Amino acid sequence: MSGEFRSPFDVETPAGAEGWEEMYPYYLLFDPARREEEEGRFWFYNGMHFPEPMPAFDMITAESCYLSIGLYQGRVFSIPTVLGIEHRVVNGYVYITSNEVSDPAEMDKRLETFLPRIGYYYGNWDALVDRWQTEIDKRIVELTELEVPRLPELEDEQEVIHDHRLGSNYRLMASYDRAIHLYNELNQLHFEMLLLAYGAYLTFFQFCQNAFPDMGLQTMSQMIAGYDTTMMRPDDELKALSARAIELGVDGAFAEGRSAEEILAELETTEAGREWIADLEARKHPWFMMSTGDGFYHHHRAWADDLRLPFTAMVGYIAQLKAGQEIDRPRERLLAERERIAAEYRELLPTEEERVQFGEMLGLCRHVFPHAESHKFFVEHWGTTLFFNRIREVGAALAEQGFFPEAEDIFYLSIHEVHEALSDVGLAWAGGAPGRGTVYWPPRVARRKEILATLAEWVPPPALGTVPEVINDPTVQLLWGVTAERLREWASGAEGDGGVRGYAASPGVAEGLARVVRDVNEIGTVQQGEVLVCSVTAPSWAPVFPKVAAAVSDIGGMMSHAAIIAREYGLPAVVGTGHATKQIKTGDRVRVDGDNGIVTILG
Amino acid sequence: MYTIPFRELDLLHVAVVGGKCANLGDLTQAGFPVPPGFAVTTGAFEEVLHGHLAELLAGIDADDVTALEREAERVREVVESLEVPQEIADAIAAGYARLSADLGVDRPPVAVRSSAVAEDAADASFAGMQSTYLWLRGAEEVLHGVRRCWASYFNAEALAYRARHGGKSGMSVAVQYMVDARVAGVMFTLNPVSGDPSSIAVDASYGLGVTVVGGEVTPDSFLFSKVTRELIRSELGTKELECVADPERGGTTMREVEEERRARPCLEPEELARLAELGRAVERHYGSPQDIEWAIDRGRDEIFLLQARPETVWSQKRRPVEVASPISAIAATFMGGRAPK
Repeated sequence: MSGEFRSPFDVETPAGAEGWEEMYPYYLLFDPARREEEEGRFWFYNGMHFPEPMPAFDMITAESCYLSIGLYQGRVFSIPTVLGIEHRVVNGYVYITSNEVSDPAEMDKRLETFLPRIGYYYGNWDALVDRWQTEIDKRIVELTELEVPRLPELEDEQEVIHDHRLGSNYRLMASYDRAIHLYNELNQLHFEMLLLAYGAYLTFFQFCQNAFPDMGLQTMSQMIAGYDTTMMRPDDELKALSARAIELGVDGAFAEGRSAEEILAELETTEAGREWIADLEARKHPWFMMSTGDGFYHHHRAWADDLRLPFTAMVGYIAQLKAGQEIDRPRERLLAERERIAAEYRELLPTEEERVQFGEMLGLCRHVFPHAESHKFFVEHWGTTLFFNRIREVGAALAEQGFFPEAEDIFYLSIHEVHEALSDVGLAWAGGAPGRGTVYWPPRVARRKEILATLAEWVPPPALGTVPEVINDPTVQLLWGVTAERLREWASGAEGDGGVRGYAASPGVAEGLARVVRDVNEIGTVQQGEVLVCSVTAPSWAPVFPKVAAAVSDIGGMMSHAAIIAREYGLPAVVGTGHATKQIKTGDRVRVDGDNGIVTILG
Repeated sequence: MYTIPFRELDLLHVAVVGGKCANLGDLTQAGFPVPPGFAVTTGAFEEVLHGHLAELLAGIDADDVTALEREAERVREVVESLEVPQEIADAIAAGYARLSADLGVDRPPVAVRSSAVAEDAADASFAGMQSTYLWLRGAEEVLHGVRRCWASYFNAEALAYRARHGGKSGMSVAVQYMVDARVAGVMFTLNPVSGDPSSIAVDASYGLGVTVVGGEVTPDSFLFSKVTRELIRSELGTKELECVADPERGGTTMREVEEERRARPCLEPEELARLAELGRAVERHYGSPQDIEWAIDRGRDEIFLLQARPETVWSQKRRPVEVASPISAIAATFMGGRAPK
C-alpha cells in the first residue's frame, strides 16, 4: 500500500486564504526544491495536539516540542528505531513524519548507547523525577516573575541612573528572548522522561497483547491508570469549592445560566459569600493555571484568566450535589476494580515466570506512568499559560506604540517577526519617531485573521504523501493511533455507511442527543445527558464529563486525555474518529458504542 | 448396584460409570447446576452381554472393512434385543422412579446418553461417538433408550478391535432429567481461535443444544471477557432450526425458527454474563480450560450444565510468552519488535 494520499504539493489553498505561508517560518514549509524527497514520505495530520489552524506565533508550541522530542529520541537516548520527528505546515495545519532507522546494523549500534542510558533513567526514576520537578519549578518561578517593561515617555531616574539598569527598549527585547528561552527549556524537560514512560507502557501493552490477544487497550490502561495524578487536581478543587458553596449556604448564587461575574457580584454582598471567594482565591493558585485547551494555543486561556469553564462546571456540580448525586470520582471502586482485573489476568497466565514478569512490568508501569499525565499540568498548562501571558505583555508594549490595535494581535506575528518588531519598536522609540511597524503590521494582522478564519473551515486530510511499508515508531502508534488499519480507513474515507468509526476508548454503550462542540468556549452549552461530540477533548474539559452520557472526538488515541477521563468516569467513549464533528450535528440522536469504537447516527 | 444417582458420584467412579457420569457427579457434588439423573453402571452392561459376546464376535473378520460395517449393524440389532435380566430392568425402573420422586414430576422427560469408560482402544473409539436419545418419558421408553445405547457401542472399529484383542467392553449410560431448553449451546473457557485464556467463547442457538453440537444451525457466537466481564464481540447466527420436544409422538422434533427470533441474539447480555461466570467457576474447579455444554431452561430461566470436559487443542499448543526483565523488554519495544543482538 503506497501512494494513497495526496502529495503535499497538490493540496489546494482554500479561496480567501491565499498567502497563508507568510505566517510561518521558511523551514516549516514544503519546498518544491526538494519535492521528490518530501512527497516520498508519509506525513500525517497531528490534529491530536494541533486541531486548529496555527496562529503565526502559536507555531512555537509545535516547534518547541519537536526540538525536544527529536533531541531525546535521536541524540540523547539513541532510540534504535527512530531519529526524530519533523513537522510542516499545510494551510495552517501541522503535519508530522517520523524519521525511522531501517538499517539493522545502525539499530544495533544505536542500541549500545540506548541500553545504558535508559537503564540509568528507569533505575533512578524517582530521583530523576525530583530533579525534573526542581528544574520545572525554577522556570515557572522565573516566568511568573519575569518583568516585561513598557516603553515610557521618559526613563525612570532611579532605574537607569542610580540602579544603572538597561534601557527599557533593551530590557523589552531581553525579556521577550528570555520568555522564549524559558518556554523552550520547559519543553526540553517536557520530553525528558515522557518517552520512557510511554515506552514502559507500550511494552506492557505488547506483553498483554501476546498473552491475551483479546484484551483491549482500555483494559490495559485501566490496570495502570493513576487515580491521584496532578491533572485530576484542578477538577477536584472545583468539586471541593462546589461542596463548600453549599456548606456556606451560598449555593443559590450559582444559578444555571449565570455568568461568573454575576455569581461573584452576588457573593461579594454577603459575609459567607466573601468567605467562599477567599476559599476560591486560596485554591486558584496554582490549580486554575489549567488551560481550557491542551496548552498549545494562546486563545485557550487558563481558568484563572477565563472563569467561564470553572464556573459552568461548578454550577453543574452544585446542581448535582443538591440533587443528592455523588460527584466525587469513584476512586475506591476504580482502584478496587483495577486490582481485581490485574489479579485475575495474572492468575490466568500459565507459568509462574510469566506471572512474575507480568507483575514486574505492571509495577514499573504504575511507577513511571503517572509522570506521563502529571507533566501536562506543569508544562502545557501552568508553564504555557505563564508564557503566553508574558507574551501578551510584550504585545501590550507593541500595541501601545501603535504596532497593532490589541495586545492579543501579537499572536498573529511569528516568533521571528516579533523579534524584528521589537528591534523596530526599540529603534523607533529611541529614534523619536514612529516605527515602520505602525503601518506595516496593522494590515497584515487584519489579513492574517481573515486567513485563519478561512482555514478553520477547511478540513485537513488525515495524511499526505507516501505510505510506508511499516510504521516502526512505537510512539506514533500509541499516541496518535496511526496503524496500518487506520491508514486504510483514512484512505477509503470513513463516510458512506452513516457510521462514524474510531477507537474504542472507554467501554459501554450509550444513546443521547449529540452536542457538537468545536470550540472550548461553547462548552457551557452542553446539557445534562447529551453526547459530547468534540474535535479534541482537553484535560480541562473534565468538568463536563459528569454531565454527559458519552463522548466522541475527532482526534485522539487511547492515551489521549479524553480516553483517560472517560474511563475514569465510566463513560462510553469513541476517540480519533477523524470527522465526527463534521458528520454529526447538534441534536442528532446518536448511539456511542465504546466497546467497538462505533458511533451510529440514529436520526 | 446397577444404578447410582449423580449426586453420589465423583471422579473416582469413572471405571464404574464412565467419564461423562463421573464428571456430572463431580459437578453436582461441587454445587454446579447439573440436571439430576443417574448412571446405569458398566456392571449392568457386562451382565447383559455376559455369555453373548463370544458368540456375537464369532466369525468376524477384523480385516474385511466392508463386511465390518454390515456385521456391526447386525451385532447392534442383536444387542438391542438381548433379554435384560429382570433385576437390571427393575433397577433402571427404580432409578427412574426415584428421579421422578426427587423432581416431583410425573414421568419426567430424560435424555439417555452413553458414558464411555476409556479402558482400551475399542472403548476409546466409542468415546468419540456420542449416542444420545432425547426426551424419553416413562420407564418403558427409558429402558428402551438404555438398550439402544448399549447396542450403539458396537461400531465397526470397536468390533474389529474386540475381534482381534478380545477384552471386556465397558460402557455406562447416563439417564438425566431433560432441560426444556429455550436456548442452549457450547462454551469454551478460552478463545478457540486466538487461544486467549481470558476469553470465553459461547455458541448458542434456540432449543436443545444438539443443533449447535451437531452443526445443524449457524449459532450466535459471543466472545466474552472473564476479567472485565464485558462482551468483546458477537456474531449473529442464522439459527434457522430449533430442536424441541414433540408432545404428540414423544422424543424431539425440528422446527423452523420464526424470522423475528432469528434476527436477534438468542442470549441477553445478562445471561451471557451468568454463563461466563459459571464457565469460569468450572474452569477454576478443574484447573484447566473447559469445553462445556449448557442449556437455559424455558420455564425458570435457569442455566444448567450438561457436560464439561477439558479443552485439548490450545491447552497443548499454547505459545510461550517470552520472558525477559522489564528493561530488556522495553529495549525490545524500542527496537520495533526485533530481537536485540
